[in-house]
Amino acid sequence: MSEKKTNRRDFLFTATYAVGAVGVGAVVWPMIDQMNPDASVKALASTEVDVSSLNPGKTITVLWRGKPVFIRRRTQEEIAEAKSVKLEDLKDPQKDEDRAKDPEWLVMLGVCTHLGCVPLDQKGDYNGWFCPCHGSHYDTSGRIRKGPAPTNMEIPKYEFVNANTIKIG
Amino acid sequence: MSDHEYTPKSNFGKWFNDRLPLLTLANHLTDYPTPKNLNYWWTFGGILTFCLITQIVTGLVLAMHYIAHADMAFDSVEHIMRDVNYGWLIRYIHANGASMFFLAVYIHIFRSLFYGSYKAPREIIWIIGIIIYLLMMAAAFMGYVLPWGQMSFWGATVITNLFSAIPFVGEGIVTWLWGGYSVDNPTLTRFFTLHYLIPFLILGLVVLHIWALHVPGNNNPVGIDVKKPSKDTVPFHPYIVIKDGFALLMFMIVFAFFVFYSPNILGHADNYIEADPLVTPAHIVPEWYLLPFYAILRSVPDKLLGVVAMLSAIFILAALPWLDTSKIRSAVFRPLYRQFYWILVADVLILGYVGAMPAEGLYLLIARVATAYYFLHFLVVLPLLGYKEKTLPIPLSITEPVLGGSPNLATAKNDERLNK
Amino acid sequence: MKNFFRILFLITLFVGFQYNSNAAEKIEYLKTDWSFKGLFGKFDRASLQRGYQVYTEVCSSCHSMKYLSYRNLAEKGGPEFTEVQAKAIAASFEVTDGPNADGDMFTRPGKLSDKFVMPYENTKAAQAANGGAYPPDMSVLVKARGGGVDYIYSLLQGYEDPPSGVTLDDGVYYNKFMYGNKIKMANQLSDGLVEYGDGTNSTVEQMSKDVTTFLMWAAEPHLESRHRMGFKAIVYLIILTILVYFSMKKIWSGIKTEV
Repeated sequence: MSEKKTNRRDFLFTATYAVGAVGVGAVVWPMIDQMNPDASVKALASTEVDVSSLNPGKTITVLWRGKPVFIRRRTQEEIAEAKSVKLEDLKDPQKDEDRAKDPEWLVMLGVCTHLGCVPLDQKGDYNGWFCPCHGSHYDTSGRIRKGPAPTNMEIPKYEFVNANTIKIG
Repeated sequence: MSDHEYTPKSNFGKWFNDRLPLLTLANHLTDYPTPKNLNYWWTFGGILTFCLITQIVTGLVLAMHYIAHADMAFDSVEHIMRDVNYGWLIRYIHANGASMFFLAVYIHIFRSLFYGSYKAPREIIWIIGIIIYLLMMAAAFMGYVLPWGQMSFWGATVITNLFSAIPFVGEGIVTWLWGGYSVDNPTLTRFFTLHYLIPFLILGLVVLHIWALHVPGNNNPVGIDVKKPSKDTVPFHPYIVIKDGFALLMFMIVFAFFVFYSPNILGHADNYIEADPLVTPAHIVPEWYLLPFYAILRSVPDKLLGVVAMLSAIFILAALPWLDTSKIRSAVFRPLYRQFYWILVADVLILGYVGAMPAEGLYLLIARVATAYYFLHFLVVLPLLGYKEKTLPIPLSITEPVLGGSPNLATAKNDERLNK
Repeated sequence: MKNFFRILFLITLFVGFQYNSNAAEKIEYLKTDWSFKGLFGKFDRASLQRGYQVYTEVCSSCHSMKYLSYRNLAEKGGPEFTEVQAKAIAASFEVTDGPNADGDMFTRPGKLSDKFVMPYENTKAAQAANGGAYPPDMSVLVKARGGGVDYIYSLLQGYEDPPSGVTLDDGVYYNKFMYGNKIKMANQLSDGLVEYGDGTNSTVEQMSKDVTTFLMWAAEPHLESRHRMGFKAIVYLIILTILVYFSMKKIWSGIKTEV
């Protein structure tokens, strides 16, 4: 067999393999993507909550995207406490103003950033939240102060549609 | 299994292979000597493997989104079709895949009938094949119930009611199958469970089917034994792999046309109406691949005997290696059998046709004649033919044809003569 | 190669057979050009939007479309209303939601994620309001009828006075395309019934075509991507088949036999 012929043969086989591999990839993708959130799940991205009956010092928990969201109407003491903390003392430094647009209202994902448990309200060493799973303490702004959790509890995208209604998402 | 000892080259390979001889198996599969004169009808084994894997993979995906509950099944199928990413594609592949699977299996079976692949020493391969075919029918039937449309519901009702034909215990068996007094949620959930299970049973049987095949090796269009390995054989890889691959791609083009351009043509419109236990559709028709047996069922005016006839039509195939008394395998050298073979093909097609028509008048008469002929073929024609038929001279090897030209050419010539 | 033609022949036979057995009781339906048929078939957006209008103004008072959501109206491959338009459409419907904190159900304006509001609470209520006949849900209606779009299109225009000798009960109408010719839905369409925003003349024929197109999309919302993907897949398969064919010829070139 001449060398030229070998080359052509190799090229043909390589091309066949390459084109075949592209096809396999194209078939595999739908099988993977089908497990991603579907169109109906994506559409449920926002939820509206009526907070008119919530008094200072109380928290309500609502479900958003299958996760609990804490909505707390904070007392003046809590706000003062949250604002007085020095940023150097924080594991995940963040100002309270950046977490609560309106200081009276704290809206955050009620999910411990350690491994996803739901922390308990008004527990722990910092008058905020305490995660019973592995002992993470959060302050009145939902920031991590002690324990294994790496970051503060997440603030979702939200807005006040009117004085009584918060739209999350 | 292998005809020769295989020793892996690397030390790790040796170490591993001594403990689990996977490499020996892989070597056996790649080197497996295959008759070199196999024609394209032999590619359907590979195509069927592809079909089975496609059905299992798409089925697993669908099971992630499907809800097996009478109140939610129909909705969840629509959810798959509308919202799940690529859900429509996966469902259409699965639904049309069933039809493609049967198309391929019928070609595979009729290839075997033409070339006598069921004869000694391949009876076990054949019988395993029949069991696979039966399980395929069960899986397809139960799968058709899952969308919980009108045809699902009434198909399930009619087919499960077949069991009520059994004397004395029939009614009890039907109630047991249903888990209630009609087809309902318990029926649906158990059908889903079994529909999920059966493909894996089929997969196991396919392994046995191939194992049993690799003992005597492939039959071939000439139908004579081939010494292996020899100048009459080629190693499975790359020769047969590439040929199977080529045929598979042709098959996939047809498959793709159904999936992308006529995804519902093989189904029935009534199955897009949610199941309603109060209304039966005007025409209850099974899927096309079950129509010949449905025609046989309806051609017998007695309930019990109808069921017996239908089941016999399938089980008679298992006895085929002994009903066919001819020592010659390939129909190429059996001029008379060849004629009867094509009559049988026509007969089955006619049964399929009348199976889709209302069971009355002329259709019923045709169905009865065709049913009678079906059994006549297997019970009378085949046994007698073995004694009476004057067969053509058989070549000594597939490379030394007696009929001039290559053996494949001979096949083609003979077929042409038939078409005249 | 010879075998291939035989296999192809067999497949053609099989497909033909299937068409044939479906065609057994075929009636000649009215014909029109559907833009969504064929290899590259696409929906006519304007027609879909008009069809949606016909559905809301005429059909939706009796027929539900429970598998559709308002968000679908803005999705690609559909009527493609803008998101603002779709939101406005959704908001024009009162949706029952709840229970709220007091345990009561309440109504609110619809959102994109809501399903199309149903005209009746359930099947029984629909039957009671329609003289015992349940107006079928229209989400997959096109696929649930043997004749598909042609059937629906014809049916909407198939109302006639009954031929002599045919007597109709109260609330039953004569339609030459209905199976058995007796239908419990009265003729709904008349020329000029709907005032199209885009100035299209709303003849019965036009409205039938638009609403049928809309129903086709409702039943097959991914039809356009299916056609697009199908074309790509088949072109790809043909290229790979050709490559594999020549590879096969190469590999088998040393073996004396017909491939």
